[in-house]
Amino acid sequence: MSNVRAPTPFRFVGCVELREMLGRKAADVQQLMTGIEEVPVDSIYYHTHSYFLRYEHGPSLFSSDFATWVAVSVRDRVLSERLGLIDPFEFRDVEALRASIVATIDDQLKTLWNVPRVIHGEPFEFVSSHIIEVDLDLSAQTLQEFRDQLSTVDRSVLFNHICEAKIRKGRHSGDFILWIGSEHGLNLPDLATRVAAIQPIGLTLEGIRARTLDIVDHWLAKTVPA
Amino acid sequence: MPISLNAYRDIAPPGRVELLYRLSRQTAGKRMLHITGNRTGGEIGEILHTLIPLLTEVGLDVRWETMKGAGSFHEAVQTFRNGLQGDDVKVPESLLEGYRDAIHQTGRLLDLTADSVITHDPHTLGLIDYAPSDSRWIWRCYLDVSRPQRKTWAFLRPYVIKYDAAVFSLPQFAQPLPVPQFLVYPSIDPLSEKNREMEPEEIDETLEALHIARDKPILLQVSRFTRSKDLRGVIETYRLVKSHFDCRLVLAGSAAPDEPDEQAVLNDVRDAAAKDEDIYIVPLPPDSSIEINALQRAATIVIQKSRREGFGLSVTEAMWKGKPVIGSETGGITLQIMYGQTGYTSNSIEGTAFYARHLLNNPTIAQEMGGRARDRVRQNFLITRHLEDYLSLLIFMGRM
Repeated sequence: MSNVRAPTPFRFVGCVELREMLGRKAADVQQLMTGIEEVPVDSIYYHTHSYFLRYEHGPSLFSSDFATWVAVSVRDRVLSERLGLIDPFEFRDVEALRASIVATIDDQLKTLWNVPRVIHGEPFEFVSSHIIEVDLDLSAQTLQEFRDQLSTVDRSVLFNHICEAKIRKGRHSGDFILWIGSEHGLNLPDLATRVAAIQPIGLTLEGIRARTLDIVDHWLAKTVPA
Repeated sequence: MPISLNAYRDIAPPGRVELLYRLSRQTAGKRMLHITGNRTGGEIGEILHTLIPLLTEVGLDVRWETMKGAGSFHEAVQTFRNGLQGDDVKVPESLLEGYRDAIHQTGRLLDLTADSVITHDPHTLGLIDYAPSDSRWIWRCYLDVSRPQRKTWAFLRPYVIKYDAAVFSLPQFAQPLPVPQFLVYPSIDPLSEKNREMEPEEIDETLEALHIARDKPILLQVSRFTRSKDLRGVIETYRLVKSHFDCRLVLAGSAAPDEPDEQAVLNDVRDAAAKDEDIYIVPLPPDSSIEINALQRAATIVIQKSRREGFGLSVTEAMWKGKPVIGSETGGITLQIMYGQTGYTSNSIEGTAFYARHLLNNPTIAQEMGGRARDRVRQNFLITRHLEDYLSLLIFMGRM
C-alpha cells in the first residue's frame, strides 16, 4: 500500500509571517478584553496560533499570548490558567474562539473587586499577522515520498498545512489528513484518522512533525512486504 | 568577499535557506534602495553590511546610499536621536535649518528611483519630500520612540506620516501613527567575527591576552560603560553570589575615551570594584569582536542588568553561544529570554543573584538552558530571519 499513487500529488507549501503592529495596548485585564473584542480577526489568530512559529524548543506553557501575558505581566494565575485551558483548535473559526476568550475574561472579572493590571513588564501589544505562502516546488505522490519530504521541509510547511489550512482556509481537518484520507489523495482513511488524533495543543511544530512521522512509519512498516 | 546565503544552510533552521531562495522568486529584479546617515553606524551598519549582499544574491537590485551632511546636520541628528528617546534636548531653529539643508542637498543629488526605498533612523527621514511618486517608502526606526520629547517629535512626525509604512524593532518602541507599522527584530550574523565558532585554544589565548584567569566560573556583562547598564548593580549581584560561590566577574565593553560620561562611569565602576582581584573591568576599543566572542564563550552565566535597553543584541549574542542569560525586564531582553527556559528575567539585585546561584549550583540546568537559548536565536534572531522579513515586507507592500 505504500506504493499507492495518489491521483493528485501533495504539494508542500511553506510560509513566512509578516507582523503588523496595531498600535493598541492593554495595561489591565479589562483593556485586554475590550481589545480582544475589537481588534481584527487576524490579530486574534496571531496571538492564538502564531506562537507555533515562535516557540520551537519546547511548548509554550499557555496556548495563547493572552494567557502568557496575564500569567507573566499581570500575575493572575487563576485567569491565566482558565485562558490556558482554551484549545484554539477546538473552534471552527477565529470568531468563535474570540467569543470564548472574551467570555472567560468577563466571567473572571465579575468575581473580582479590582481589575488586575500589569505589575511587572510591559503592557500587552496587539499585533496582527500577514502570511505569505512559499511554494517549495516539492511534491509527493506516494506515502513514502510524503514521509521523506515531510521529514526535511521547513517547519513553516507544517504551520501552513495545519494552522493556516484549518483556521484561515476552512479546511478543518488540515491538508495532510485531507490528502491522506481522500480519494483525490492516498485514500487511506484509517491512517488519516490516526494522524487526526494528534492534538497540536501543547506541542511544537517539530513535535507535530515527529508524531506524524512516527504514525506514518508504523503504517509503512506494517504494509511494506518483507 | 560577501558570504553566500548557502553558507547558512547548516546554521539556519533546517529547510530555511531553501525557503528563502523560493520566497525570493517573488521579489526578483525589484530595485531596493537603503539610505543611512553613514556606513559605519553601529548596529545599522553591521546589519546592512551582511544583509545587502544577501538581498543582492537572491535577485534584488540593491543600492546603499548615505546622507550628504555637514557638521550641523550631524549635531541635529544626534539631538533628534536623544530627543526621540525622551531626553530633554534643545532644538534651536538653526539646528532644524542644518537638517533641512542636508536633506535638500541629498535629495537633489541622490538617485532616489527604486521600487522600495528604506530610510534608516532619523538621519534620512526628511528625504520623503523628494520621493518619486512610483516607489514605496519605508522608515526603519531602531530607536525607542514611545516617549519622545514633544518638540522633537512635532518636527519629525510630519515626515513620518508621509511614508507608506514604518518598521520598528519592538511593539513598545512605536508611536500611534496613521501608517502601517511592521515589526522586524534586529538580528546577528552567526558567521561574523563576533559570533563565529571559536576553537577552545583560540578562546584561551584571547582570554590570556586580556589577563583573565579561567580557574573559576565567570559571570559576564558585555555593555557600554553607561549608567543605564547598572554596572554597580552587577557588582553588588556578584558580591551576593560570591559569598556562596567562588566565581569571577567580567565587565567588558567599549568605553569611548572622548565621552566624559563613559569615563566617569568607568571610574565609578573601578571604585565599586575596589581591590577585588576577581573583578575584571575590561574597556575595549570599538572593534573588539573577537574579544567579545571569546568572553561570551568563556562565560558561565551572562548578565544584562540594564535599567533601559534597546533590543539588546548582546543578549542575542550570548544566547547564540549557548549561555543562559539573566536580564532585566526591559526592552528586547524580555522578548528574547523565555523565563525559566532560556534564562531568567529579574529587576532586582537579589533576584539576579538568586538565579545566578541557582545556575552555578545546577550546571546541567544551565547547560540545557543554554542549548535552548541557542535554538531560540537560531529560529528568531539570525540574519536569515532578517532577510526573510525584508523579502516579506517587499512582497506585502507590493500588494498594498
